[in-house]
Amino acid sequence: MHGHIVAKSVYFLVFFTLLALTALTTAIAFVDLGAMNTVAALAIAVTKATLVVLFFMHVKYSPGLTRIVVVAGFFWLAILLALTLSDFFTRSWTPIPSGWQSSISQYKP
Amino acid sequence: MRHPEIKLEREGRKGPPLQSEVLNLTEGHAAAVAEQFDDAEQQHDASNLGMWVFLATEIMFFGGLFAGYTVYRNLYLPGFVAGSHLLEVKFGAANTGILILSSLTMALAVHAAQLGQRKALIIFLLCTMALGLAFIGIKLTFEWRHDYLEHLVPGIDFAPEGATLAVIQRFHAPLPHVALFMVFYFVMTGVHALHMVIGLGILTVLLIMAWRGRFSAERFNPVEMSGLYWHFVDIVWIFLFPLLYLIGGRY
Repeated sequence: MHGHIVAKSVYFLVFFTLLALTALTTAIAFVDLGAMNTVAALAIAVTKATLVVLFFMHVKYSPGLTRIVVVAGFFWLAILLALTLSDFFTRSWTPIPSGWQSSISQYKP
Repeated sequence: MRHPEIKLEREGRKGPPLQSEVLNLTEGHAAAVAEQFDDAEQQHDASNLGMWVFLATEIMFFGGLFAGYTVYRNLYLPGFVAGSHLLEVKFGAANTGILILSSLTMALAVHAAQLGQRKALIIFLLCTMALGLAFIGIKLTFEWRHDYLEHLVPGIDFAPEGATLAVIQRFHAPLPHVALFMVFYFVMTGVHALHMVIGLGILTVLLIMAWRGRFSAERFNPVEMSGLYWHFVDIVWIFLFPLLYLIGGRY
């Protein structure tokens, strides 16, 4: 016998929590919260994913080395998103040299 | 947990372990531990680690798509909001529930395998496969087919008309921007569905192995590692559902 055996009740508890969060995120989408709609949807998605990783994927019961790889995997994703978005979202902050205006206008949305 | 008594036994002798040592290691299941591992626990941890390294590459694979989606959604917001309104929340929500349920049955399949319950393992593997097929079935018949009939498939037939066109015009969205949303939608859900199909193939192999009695309380790593893959595909959908269906302002 090896590997941690999780009680069935834990799986069922996680399952019903995930279903409840799915219902919640769907309901929230139909309420106007402005920019908070996106924040709420992503926060709930991250919560659901964390529950799946910790309990269904046994990371809560895994050795430290595995946990480091899991965290590193998501950390690399964070780098990908952070650097990409910090580029695209700050492009308008600096003025475009006037001589370039005509040549780049076709690329602007 | 290592077995110190085994190590003592091996001292002063080189070469592969004696048959008696292998038997000793796994308490009567010689085939359960490959010879490069000290014991079942080390083998289990190694499998787990390897699977997670693979899943890390999968995170980056889908991460690139999510990053691209975020950038273009912010550049062409009306087009992406209109595109989101062309999708049916009820099918997305139903498929989310189905996939979460399939993750539960997969977790229970791993649980059954860990306890060496062959019959329960086979039943839960079959449940998981049925739910996976239901997901793909809903996607194909109610969503992709509908999108095709509505002329919403860029590159094949993108010429929205009637009620569909009215939705797009309501948000003052340029057609090429809506087309870009549909490209992201088809590529992301398509690649996700491809992962589901691969997962179904893996489950089929597991089912045959389980049927032949290849798994026991000492040998269930293949079931657990396939479970990790299945749960990962579930996680991808957990993000796809809100990003594609929900955040477009449904109110």
